[in-house]
Amino acid sequence: MVETTGPLLTVQDLGRPGLASLGVPESGALDAGALRLANRLVGNDEGAAGLEATLGQVTVQARGSLVVAVTGAPVPVTVDGRGHGTGSAVTVPDGSRVELGAPASGLRSYLAVRGGIAVEPLLGSASTDLLSGLRQPLGEGDEIEVGPDPETPVPPLDQAPVRPPTSGVVELRVVLGPRHEWFRKRALRTLAKTRWVVDQRSNRIGLRLDGPELERKVTDELPSEGTVAGALQVPGNGRPVLFLADHPVTGGYPVIAVVVTKDLPLAAQAAPGQEIRLRAVPGPDLSASGDPA
Amino acid sequence: MLPCGDAAVLVEVDDLETVLRLVAAVEAERESGGFEGVVDVVPAARTLLLRCRPGGRALGRSVARLRELELPDEPPAPGEEVTIPVVYDGEDLDDVAELTGLSPKEVVEHHQQTQWRVAFTGFAPGFGYLVGGPSSAWGSLEVPRREEPRTKVPTGSVGLAGEFTGVYPRSSPGGWQLIGRTDAKIWNPRRKSPAMLAPGNLVRFEQVDV
Repeated sequence: MVETTGPLLTVQDLGRPGLASLGVPESGALDAGALRLANRLVGNDEGAAGLEATLGQVTVQARGSLVVAVTGAPVPVTVDGRGHGTGSAVTVPDGSRVELGAPASGLRSYLAVRGGIAVEPLLGSASTDLLSGLRQPLGEGDEIEVGPDPETPVPPLDQAPVRPPTSGVVELRVVLGPRHEWFRKRALRTLAKTRWVVDQRSNRIGLRLDGPELERKVTDELPSEGTVAGALQVPGNGRPVLFLADHPVTGGYPVIAVVVTKDLPLAAQAAPGQEIRLRAVPGPDLSASGDPA
Repeated sequence: MLPCGDAAVLVEVDDLETVLRLVAAVEAERESGGFEGVVDVVPAARTLLLRCRPGGRALGRSVARLRELELPDEPPAPGEEVTIPVVYDGEDLDDVAELTGLSPKEVVEHHQQTQWRVAFTGFAPGFGYLVGGPSSAWGSLEVPRREEPRTKVPTGSVGLAGEFTGVYPRSSPGGWQLIGRTDAKIWNPRRKSPAMLAPGNLVRFEQVDV
């Protein structure tokens, strides 16, 4: 049972890819690698549903004995007040309380339970999609069902070595385009030079970045077009929004650049107030046929 | 073709008609196993976004294939026919009449008489962008978006913007000109076909009282 949720507590798995043509975002764990790891630690399928905590501060009480693991943003984990680390499987006796404190760095922590969180899948996924209103965030007093034990045993691993997210400047690589030519040259320099600050109003839909205005060269209205996670869309105020997993599948503002896939989990761990630097890297070669690698 | 990160490409074409023919060609090939590694195909007014599995060769292969693709002469065959009951009492009906030079009654008639077709979906789950057929009166209903978008448009609102009409599947901010409302369940994720306004579907609007 959920006793406290912190700022936002949601059920997430690996999302709903392939439904963009119906207007449905991919959604899913923002730091998918962390959820996969948490699941492996308790012997689950990597894609099992777990809990995504934002800024920790979560308390859940076990009904029956459970095995859990916490990954992602490193938080103090206690079971009935006894300290445990993140990145390892912990047995929780019936009636005990698991508490996640506030993260030392990063933003999103993942709690996997052996057996996975059992919720009715919507469009093939357990994920909570804030844009679409597919499933609501968890609230105090909510009961969460746990699925049956998987066949795989809990692996005999003590502690999974992972590098925690930085509390300093987050560096993200970006590929310019598709609409960088709609901006002044100066805006492209500003994009790369600025230490963008993650705004408080950021959420699973996108990170709002605060900084100088990115000035447009072309001021026409852009017919809505498909967008991807990682897209830096620049609305009328000139400050980019970095799209995360619950982003709308189309957008009517130009996208100046897109964060490379591998750096998306880093973006997902950038906390409000933290600084972000965007570094342009060459994109895939679209002119030649064959392997872009 | 415009780059869109390391795993997607945005194909820009001249008009919606070409987008639909391009989608038809891509989807036909996907059905026979082509475009391996493509996760999502997102058509829009002037573009088609092709998103691939990251890290592999899917993007490079897809781009190469796109270049060789022959477009069919016609857009894809239409899907289901649906009728949507509408109460035409939208707050912007008078503005639309003024912008189009029609009377509010004529706006309603044009909207009802047009055979609409869902060109693509976007903005929100189940939000279809509907266009009229070439022989219909839809062209006269082209209006810009509202200067000031509304912070909250109620579920079921029927609106116009640019060359499109559409129905808000759930309450959200929005800038379309509202001409009416429907209680049809446009979007239901628990239904076998969650989107009533799925791409390709043919749509008629039918005036009802309250």
